[in-house]
Amino acid sequence: MSAASHEVQHHTTTGVDNRKMLMWVFLASECLFFGTLISTYLIFKGQSLVGPLPEEVFDIVLTSASTFILLMSSLSMVLAVYAVQHGRPTMMKAMLLLTIVMGLIFLGGQVYEFRHFNHIGLGLGQNQFSASFYVLTGFHGLHVGVGVFYLISLLIGSTRRNGLGKDRALWVDTAGLYWHFVDIVWIVIFTLVYLIP
Amino acid sequence: MATAVGTVGQTTEQSKIWGWMTTVDHKKIAALYGVTGFFFFLVGGVEALLVRTQLAVPEGTVIDADLYNQLFSTHALTMIFLAIMPLGASFFNYFIPLQIGARDVAFPRLNALGYWMYLSGGVMLTLSFFFGGAPDGGWFGYAPLSSEAFSPGRNMDYYTVSLLILGTSSLISSLNFIVTIINMRAPGMTMMRLPVYMWMTLVVAFLLVLSLPVITVGLIQLYFDRNFGTSFFVPATGGDPILWQHIFWIFGHPEVYVLILPSMGIVSEVIPVMSRKPLFGYAAIVFAGAAIGVLGFGVWSHHMFTTGLGTVPQVVFSASTMAIGIPTGIKIFNWLGTMYGGNIRFNTAMYFAVGFIALFTIGGISGVMHASPAVDTQHQDTYFVVAHIHYVLFGGAIMGIFSGIYYWFPKITGRFLDESLGKLSFWIMFIGMNATFFPMHFLGVSGMPRRIYTYEAGLGWDTWNLVATIGSYVLAFGVLIFLINFFKTMRQPQTASDNPWGGSTLEWATTSPPPEHNFDVIPEVRDRDPLWYNRDHGIEPTPRPEHMHIHMPPPSYFPLVLAGGVALIGLGLLTHLGVAVAGALVVVYGVWGWALEPTE
Repeated sequence: MSAASHEVQHHTTTGVDNRKMLMWVFLASECLFFGTLISTYLIFKGQSLVGPLPEEVFDIVLTSASTFILLMSSLSMVLAVYAVQHGRPTMMKAMLLLTIVMGLIFLGGQVYEFRHFNHIGLGLGQNQFSASFYVLTGFHGLHVGVGVFYLISLLIGSTRRNGLGKDRALWVDTAGLYWHFVDIVWIVIFTLVYLIP
Repeated sequence: MATAVGTVGQTTEQSKIWGWMTTVDHKKIAALYGVTGFFFFLVGGVEALLVRTQLAVPEGTVIDADLYNQLFSTHALTMIFLAIMPLGASFFNYFIPLQIGARDVAFPRLNALGYWMYLSGGVMLTLSFFFGGAPDGGWFGYAPLSSEAFSPGRNMDYYTVSLLILGTSSLISSLNFIVTIINMRAPGMTMMRLPVYMWMTLVVAFLLVLSLPVITVGLIQLYFDRNFGTSFFVPATGGDPILWQHIFWIFGHPEVYVLILPSMGIVSEVIPVMSRKPLFGYAAIVFAGAAIGVLGFGVWSHHMFTTGLGTVPQVVFSASTMAIGIPTGIKIFNWLGTMYGGNIRFNTAMYFAVGFIALFTIGGISGVMHASPAVDTQHQDTYFVVAHIHYVLFGGAIMGIFSGIYYWFPKITGRFLDESLGKLSFWIMFIGMNATFFPMHFLGVSGMPRRIYTYEAGLGWDTWNLVATIGSYVLAFGVLIFLINFFKTMRQPQTASDNPWGGSTLEWATTSPPPEHNFDVIPEVRDRDPLWYNRDHGIEPTPRPEHMHIHMPPPSYFPLVLAGGVALIGLGLLTHLGVAVAGALVVVYGVWGWALEPTE
């Protein structure tokens, strides 16, 4: 039997593939993870005993730009899933690469932001704002990093002999779920941390 | 010649060990969980015996205050995370595929990964005694006692790191169990035909998936406070110690249902079979279990009535805590209703199941007492609370687990545990357990605080402390008799038939012990009690086909590699970050190898 025939979805009770369901339940767990981090940030809002305070350090233009890029990466991710489902491998590879690049740009922006904040006196343990801000956005950045690693692995895998064809569209689809989730979390963080004064 | 024979023997021996290390068979992983979990149960028991020996008489000098703190903290952590949860996971692993009519869990390699991570976390937590000191701030790790200023040693770092590893392990296996139960059921097994044990497993897995991330964040924040100079929980620099309590108990209260619901599921299997009638009120017991799961997330602040929450939160959490007693009570009536009018076989499994109902009810009632903030304020941090938790965790969870061991032992090993030794060990454990923990109610009401390493004579605590200590040794003797029974039984021939108790669920449809592929033919389910339905309607099981093409997942060493990488990351967090980076690289290698490994 060829490997490809086995990649067709195994029969499941609900009809949803096991791997996709695993990702959905895992993302439910992640909601609580980020929920706790965001709650911590909000609880400590205005509780810092010393500066610098958020309004003194945030550069809303820069963060808006990197947010826009991260949101656009969701679009390229959707297109990658579309491409793999419709048997267009070149488009899929291009879209995966675009998503990776945009994810890396977002991460680069975050590294720049962290270094800049640190430079103007906002160390990790400086005050309650810095601690809750760095841990929240840091762990979000870690998730983007894991997502980039995930997509790079898929891209490398797609160049192999039995690469990512239509029969393995689910692999890209599941990665897409993760990627969109991380994006959505950023929308919440961006709104609550950067936009609301 | 002799050398050659020796070499061959060694090779088979090695490949046998390698076989266990790379297994992805849910039954073998269950055996690993079971044996390891029971070993840690004994470790936790020894820790408890040392604590009780120190407290036997006033001004005890057996151990000093520092070691006492390590022992009571590690006793709790060991019993909760290394004994009761893994023993539960052992039964889950073994019986999820068998009870839903599947050949294995949805993700066999993830299953193995969960076990190896559990083992590394457990070893790390236990060995901490010999490498700088075990956690000494209680299993709840209250801030600011857990902060760098008041716990300068490595102790509480072992706490954060090992709990992070153990939590991830539980999360992975829970995800796997949820997908398996929802997605791998045999034809005809609708959700309302699932065995009650499977329902309780599903609720437990959801509780873990939704509560573990919360404590993960808390542990990360605590680790940052202690190592990177943040002050999430340090009040002097703007932190909030009460925030730790909220985070901890939002996890910690669902966690107690994680410990008790599996045992509720086990007795819901044992009682109908031993009473030879269907479970009374199946739907009620399922919805009660789900209700406990939902309400379990809304009661955490009853652990914090003395922190000055204010009147409204106290009233709300008092009401929700009382409300959770209702589904619990429903279950107790369901079990009693099942036994009522039944043709009951009182064997050891049934002894433990009935013992569970009696003792858990006592613990439940003292729990409802704590729902009243006024009463709770009097009980807070006294031995009354210790009595309560041990009635629900020993009288409840452990009694249920023993019931399950006696009930399923013939299925797992093909052998029956000795009934007379079993009943003897039940009575000794039952008497020992009550002698240990019932006096703690009196001690608590007369004001003896928890977590003190010694006390003065003449405070009215001497007699009951001595009784409790004697009781703990009686209890340990009862467990010893079980061990003797186990080793004696394992030397007996395998005589168990497929369905020795006349059970109704699918695990009894296959051989004892089951073959690696569980079922020659996946059974079809027509009723909530499939085997009884088939018996009553004269439906014969499908005959074994002559040629079977059953494909089982091949063994894999990547779970071991990944767990090793995670353990290295943990070690790195305790020693040098370079080690953690090395661990991360091992994880990357493990993930890639895992993804590219052919599983067909």
